[in-house]
Formats: sequence, C-alpha cells, structure tokens
Amino acid sequence: MTSEAQPSTPASSTRPLVSLRKVNKHFGDLHVLRDIDLDVARGEVVVVIGPSGSGKSTLCRAINRLETIDDGEITIDGKVLPAEGKELAKLRADVGMVFQSFNLFAHKSILENVTLGPVKVKGMKPGPAKDLAMSLLKRVGVDNQAQKLPAQLSGGQQQRVAIARALAMQPKVMLFDEPTSALDPEMINEVLDAMVALAKEGMTMIVVTHEMGFARRAADRVIFMADGQIMEQATPEEFFTNPRSERAKDFLGKILSH
Amino acid sequence: MENYLSLFETYDVPAAFWVNIQLSFWAAIFALVIGTVLALFRISPIPSLQWFGAAYVNIFRNTPLTIILAFGFLGLFSVMQISLASDLNASLFRIAILGLALYHAAFVCEAIRSGVNTVPLGQAEAARAIGLSFLPAARLIILPQAFRGAIAPLGNVLIALIKNSTVAAAGSVATESSGLMKTMIEFRSDLVVPIFLTFALGFVILVIPIGLLTTWASRRLAVAR
Repeated sequence: MTSEAQPSTPASSTRPLVSLRKVNKHFGDLHVLRDIDLDVARGEVVVVIGPSGSGKSTLCRAINRLETIDDGEITIDGKVLPAEGKELAKLRADVGMVFQSFNLFAHKSILENVTLGPVKVKGMKPGPAKDLAMSLLKRVGVDNQAQKLPAQLSGGQQQRVAIARALAMQPKVMLFDEPTSALDPEMINEVLDAMVALAKEGMTMIVVTHEMGFARRAADRVIFMADGQIMEQATPEEFFTNPRSERAKDFLGKILSH
Repeated sequence: MENYLSLFETYDVPAAFWVNIQLSFWAAIFALVIGTVLALFRISPIPSLQWFGAAYVNIFRNTPLTIILAFGFLGLFSVMQISLASDLNASLFRIAILGLALYHAAFVCEAIRSGVNTVPLGQAEAARAIGLSFLPAARLIILPQAFRGAIAPLGNVLIALIKNSTVAAAGSVATESSGLMKTMIEFRSDLVVPIFLTFALGFVILVIPIGLLTTWASRRLAVAR
C-alpha cells in the first residue's frame, strides 16, 4: 500500500488519525450517540461491536459525515470534518468506506467502479488508474471479473470489489459498516481474509461487525457499544476473556453460548 | 371514396403532420434539457434551488397548455413584441416550441425524479464516500441510472407532447394538423367523420411506435441489481 507522503513532524505521528470529542446525535427522541470520545491511532485496527440499535453503525457513518452529528467534533488527521461542499468531498476521499450492502455502481463495470474515484476525484490519467485498479482487484482476487457488471458477481466478490474501490482512493483510514452482514455464510471468510490482509499491512481501520473471529484475529482494540455509549474498550484478548461491564458479559453470553 | 381521396389533392395532410413532428421534436429536446436541470434543482442540497424547482413544476404543470400557448402568442408576441425570428411564421413557430417545452419540462422533471427514486440511496452514499460532490455524483452515478428507470414515464411525456402539439393552433401555428383539420371541416362538411378519422389515425401511427420503443428500451436498458 503506497501512502501519500506525510510530513513526519512529531505532531502528525503522535496525534490520533481519527478523533471524536463529545459527539452527540439524536434520531428524533432517540439519543443514538451519547458523548462519544474516541481516538484511533495511525495503523490501529479498531473493532466496534454491540447489540443492534447500539449506535455503532451511526458512529461509523458519522466519521465520513454520511450521518450529520448534533454537536461535538470529529477530526481526521488533524482536520475538523467540514459541514458541506468541496472541503467535505476532499476529506471523504481520504476516508474509505465499505457498506453492508456493497453499493457498487450498478451501471458500471467492476473495473470502472474502481477507476472512477481515482480518475474523477483525483484527476489520475485513465491508463495508470486502470493499472492501479487491476492490481487492487488482483489483490482481492476478482481481477478476472473486471469487465462484468456488479449484478453478475456473488455477494462476496462484490464486497471485495467494494474494498478495492475504497483502496483505490489511497485512503488514510478505512471504515467498514457491517461488511459481512449481508453475505451468505460461505462467502464471509473470503471478505474477512481480505480485511485481515489489509490490517496486517498497517491500514488504519474502524470495523463495525458481528464477526468475533475477525476481532480476535485482527483487532488492536475492541470497543463495546450499548445505548449510544462506549461501555468498554480493551484488547480483544482481555475483552473476550474478561469483560468488565454487565452489558458486555450479557452480550457475549448471548452470542458465544452456542 | 373518390370524394375522400380528393381531399388529399386539395389539402396537404402530410405537410401538416410534418409541422407537428417538427414542433414535437424541438420541444422534446428543450423540455428534456430544462426538465433535467429542474430535476437536478429538486434533488440538490440547496434549499433555494429545491424551492425554485418545486415552484416551477407546480405552476407549469397546473396551468392549461392552451393558456400558456395563447400567452406566448398574445402576450409575448403581440403585446410585448418579443420576436424570436425576423419572419412572422418562424417567430410564431419558435414561440410555440418555447411554450410546449416550458410546459412539458415540468412533466419531464417529475418523470426523472421518479427515475431518481428507483436508484437506491446506497448509490449516492457510495458516490459521496469516494469524494464526489453533488454535481459529479449526479452526472456520473445518479442520473445515468435514473434515466434508465425513467424511460417509460419519459415516453409517456413524449406521447403527450406529440398530441399536445395540436394545441399550437392556439399559438396560431395555423399550418399544423389540427389547424388544417379545422379548415378542411369548414370547407368539406360532407366528410366530417372521415376527416376526423384521418387525423386520429395519423396520430395513432405517430405515437404507437414511441410506446413500443420505450417499452423495449426500458427493458433493454434496465439496470441489473
């Protein structure tokens, strides 16, 4: 993974890459994010788990402003997330996003899905963009499908293309919003393998998932959310063997009991 | 029968239909352009543009076409002396095109908006997530899929437009088919029913292929999901 040349001042190497301060959000009467404070370091892999409705997806989507927040502050690499316009678009280009339902551009070929961002957002020439796209597609194992349309691929293949599409923007951080929840069981591993490989290469990742196996294998830190709050955060080892809060014990008891 | 055929020697029916085709052709192009811009306004994140789009659609969609075209002729041309060409007939012809286009643009806008509704929200989110701002996202991702979903309703607008081009007689484009029909009925009242049927059949022949074509195209170009 080639990352953009960063000035290696002490400030940029020690400050968190993603930082949330006192972030609040309501959906009507529902308080979905309550005073969220979170720092994610460069190269860190953070897995967010919790019962449905706990606000974990909303948290993930707020980080590239697909959800607005009511108050608080989100900064990415030292820059406060802008509200609208070109500045926001520019910042989003630095934040890769992988959705639960893949969201590949349905009218464009697999190759075009991956080259579109580099060409139209970054102004890359079509030739180099194609080379980049093909190498990324090869990395996630779908380079032989490059000319097909998304609907012709299996869910697992589509999700791997979605990962390649996000990587093509050479993002500073990757967000995964339940990337395997819409997949048939036999396709989950092919996507998780691609994500584990990415984590091993040092990509900064924030992953909302129900895959505890992935959390154990790849996470540096597990964050447990319930009722819009971060209840607990720990290393995966510590969290899974010795959860502190009652909510976390209850949650783990339910999902790990069979 | 000979009586009936003699009509075509006296009156140039195909030429009258040709006027309707020309009116419809140009009005359709302008309506498509204006309607697309209006649809962009309506789905844009800017409230004043949304408001303008909604106001335009509600005013033009709810005003009778006859009034719009009569205003074009009596208001723009006669009173305000706005002329779109040096030649009188050409000017009236263009004003009729303008009126037809402005009116049908409201329907084109709504057809495209219904097409936008066929595009899942996730497509726009994915476009934004890779850093596309509103206009590029609309141009590259949303509208291409929306147009494919809007082919059938757009076809309906085109069919209505072709038939509505007869209202251009109200804008005093006297050479078009319903104008000619009126003249023919006036002078050949013995053949009223055959004259009516002739023009009705003419429009059916014009319009049926469009219905077939849009049905075929909307199947052929549907976005696989």
